[in-house]
Amino acid sequence: MGRYVLRRLLQLIPVFIGTTFLIFFLVWAVPGDPFTGMCGERPCPPQFVAAMTDKYNLNDNVVVQYLKYMGALLTGDFGQTYAEQEISELIGNAAPVSLRLAVVAVAIEAVIGVTAGILTGLRGRGFVDNLVLVSTLFLIAIPTFVIGFVIQIVLGFELEILTPTVSSEATWGELIIPGFVLGSLSMAYVSRLTRTSIAENLRADYMRTALAKGQPKRRIVGVHLLRNSAIPVITFLGTDIGNLMAGAIVTEGIFGIHGIGRLVYDGILEKQGAIVTGVVVLLVLVFLLVNLFIDLMYAVIDPRIRYD
Amino acid sequence: MLDEPGALTDAPLLEVEDLFVEFRTRDGVAKVLNGVSYHVAAGETLAVLGESGSGKSVTAQAIMGILDMPPAHLTGGEIRYHGEDLLVASEERRNEVRAEGIAMIFQDALSALNPVYTVGFQIEEQLRVRLGMSRKDARARAVELLDLVRIPNAARRVRQYPHEFSGGMRQRAMIAMSLALDPEVLIADEPTTALDVTVQAQIMDLLKEIQVERKMGLILITHDLGVVAEVADRIAVMYAGRIVEHADAVSLYRNPGHPYTAALLESLPRLDQKGATLNTIKGLPPSLLAIPPGCPFHPRCFMAQDKCSTDAPGDHGLGFGRTSKCHFAEELVSRV
Amino acid sequence: MTDPSTGVTGTDAAAYVTAPEHQESGPGKPRSLGADAWRDLRRRPMFLVAGGIVVLLVVIAIFPSWFTSADPNHKDLDFFRQPPSGDAWFGYDGQGRDVYARVIYGTRWTLLVGIAASVLTVLLGGILGILAGFFGRWVDALMSRIGEIFFGLPFVLGAIVILNLVRNAEIRGALPIVFAVVASIAVLQWPVAMRIMRSAAITAKQQDYVKAARALGASSSRIIFKHMLPNCLAPVLVYGTIALGAFISAEATLSFLGIGLRDPAVSWGVMMSDSKTYLRVAPHMLLFPAGFLAVTVLAFVMLGDAIREALDPKLR
Repeated sequence: MGRYVLRRLLQLIPVFIGTTFLIFFLVWAVPGDPFTGMCGERPCPPQFVAAMTDKYNLNDNVVVQYLKYMGALLTGDFGQTYAEQEISELIGNAAPVSLRLAVVAVAIEAVIGVTAGILTGLRGRGFVDNLVLVSTLFLIAIPTFVIGFVIQIVLGFELEILTPTVSSEATWGELIIPGFVLGSLSMAYVSRLTRTSIAENLRADYMRTALAKGQPKRRIVGVHLLRNSAIPVITFLGTDIGNLMAGAIVTEGIFGIHGIGRLVYDGILEKQGAIVTGVVVLLVLVFLLVNLFIDLMYAVIDPRIRYD
Repeated sequence: MLDEPGALTDAPLLEVEDLFVEFRTRDGVAKVLNGVSYHVAAGETLAVLGESGSGKSVTAQAIMGILDMPPAHLTGGEIRYHGEDLLVASEERRNEVRAEGIAMIFQDALSALNPVYTVGFQIEEQLRVRLGMSRKDARARAVELLDLVRIPNAARRVRQYPHEFSGGMRQRAMIAMSLALDPEVLIADEPTTALDVTVQAQIMDLLKEIQVERKMGLILITHDLGVVAEVADRIAVMYAGRIVEHADAVSLYRNPGHPYTAALLESLPRLDQKGATLNTIKGLPPSLLAIPPGCPFHPRCFMAQDKCSTDAPGDHGLGFGRTSKCHFAEELVSRV
Repeated sequence: MTDPSTGVTGTDAAAYVTAPEHQESGPGKPRSLGADAWRDLRRRPMFLVAGGIVVLLVVIAIFPSWFTSADPNHKDLDFFRQPPSGDAWFGYDGQGRDVYARVIYGTRWTLLVGIAASVLTVLLGGILGILAGFFGRWVDALMSRIGEIFFGLPFVLGAIVILNLVRNAEIRGALPIVFAVVASIAVLQWPVAMRIMRSAAITAKQQDYVKAARALGASSSRIIFKHMLPNCLAPVLVYGTIALGAFISAEATLSFLGIGLRDPAVSWGVMMSDSKTYLRVAPHMLLFPAGFLAVTVLAFVMLGDAIREALDPKLR
């Protein structure tokens, strides 16, 4: 098992380098002046350009730029914004908020999604089943931002049940509704996936054996069925965490959450390349590590997969 | 209750009488079982022989009470265990009988065993849940059972998962699991079909040994005539949801009383015969949605006459408890 | 954005490949999986309804003038933000334009992006996937690594970066803008299609009919095109149909963020983005295009679902 982890970590490295370099390239190396619009309507003064060029190593070729940048990152130096703020500080403030939001989203989608999936998977055709199928279809069909807006308007502005935007502290309680919105699409998938998994496993041979053994029905479902059905669902939930951290851009925008999604978005629009690359590197790292973790977890849940 | 003193040891343990089962599907009603009757006594082996679709597995599942109803519907018959009709018993009672009175093992042990739990866990849950044994005792007993079915290194094996066993050992493990509650009847549904020939022989020997030791009734379901020959006391041949012939093993092989049985025996390749082609039975079994009138075998029968397409044959007694559902059974039997 | 293929294609791609072809027991030719599926589909209400909606939408996209006589670009500030009424079923937007007309004319851009993006993704991913599956070894390793690199990049982020570049390049004209959005979606999503096709191709390669063709001396390209491809199409087809819906939704999100389509390629996503500022006072500006979008995405997802059930070998 240890060797497998090591091997996977080594495999991670080229992928990590590939993805981060790709972004770096897109942000810094594509032709065009990276400083357009920074100095207002007029072109920037030459000393400014010279200073920036030097600071960001723009005269070196892309690979060298990249290496210097990554080197700096490893020492914790994410660079500064054009307004001289430490990017590492900005990220440090924004990341925990996004993380909390993602955790809330996964928790909600897991609880509601799995419960709905189990109920409908066990019961089969019926009112509840159709209800769940239809509502998940809607969640899949309507873009997240529309759901977010509708909820914000209805619950926040019209009925005034909740504050429509999230404060800068972004406590757990405030993040419940945005978390629900963020996870809504995935919740639909989780419930369908659970339902399918349960329905398929109900027909499995080992279920028939358990019946023939005269085991109590409740135990057959709770012990034999659930463990097998959980496998694909847990895998999906795990990979979703990574997706959510990045995909939160829209939700953070609607609810005014100061997370890294917002940070990146603003960074792109303001052409603060360093912010973009900094956040992306972090996100990619998280994503890859989470995937590795899920793979290892998989081996724990499913004994057929054991890595030597 | 389950082993009452004074019960006659040669009275049938388990009797299926006139069982009718239908499957109602979108495409129509499939008549899967059409008056199936057989029985098995303690210490006896009954082989139920037939092609896929003949209804042999469905009968077994009906006995165990694990048929999916719907789409299956039981439209007639009785299943008597120690004289008690299980079909009118409560679900609670039926569950009591499962694995404790009548146990069943299946064809593909890899899919029949739960892949995410150890073999030990799956044996022990029978002991713990149904007998209330403690974990320690259950573990010890599980190791004993694995030993009994001759799995080497039982103490280590008990902690392993099904996919870590070879095919033959897995089947042994499933047999061990079925014996956990000391059942009186064991139904083995194609236990060796998925195994290599040499392993097949070992498993059959094991089953026979266990049966003799425990004086169990063994119902062996198979399509393989070769497997049956050494082990069976009596053989029931099934076709289109009916028992078309019922005889003791020796007589069946020597002197088949039904054209279907005869054709099956003919189609076995033999070392002492040289020929250009293998014999086969022309055609396919009838669709159970539309069984032809008269004798269901008549479209493929080498002896068919006009009568066969209109009159369904009943049981013709051939002496010594032999029966055959063929109008010309007596003639067939007296052929040399 | 969560990728739609996982969890929707409940059956492993490989299962489609190994399923035995349906045999008719009785007189008549044996029917292929495809012909069987078509017969099955024709009987399903879900397929008929979803298919009907899609056909209707395509007609609207090609002939918008059949459905409205109003000019979608005509501004009349007298009607600024008017709610729906007898004259204008969907009301007017922030610049006094007829919302219904804009929705009708917007159909073509929305559909164009969805269809083009999914076709391109399936083509790109499919070709690479079948090559990876067939040739194996270093080709497969290379493709898979490259795919992983793109997988590590979250969709919205990657799209923002790419499309921001495009915006800086100041592209004008409807079709180039559409192309940019379509290309960015395809570039980021092809690994999903590749994985599905690769999985099917690997299974297909191990089937007896491929080995037999090899033994008979068939060339690689013949094996790929004549033997493997027809059997690998099913899972990719299912994915493509469902992805179509997902991509339409993605375009709306990108337009909402301001980096997707824009004038003159006015899709429903653009309309929804425009409605942001007036949301509380004129919700109809959001609701109608959103409603159309939801129905469209639903139609494609249901279509894909129906096709998957018809082709799913496990349900036979």
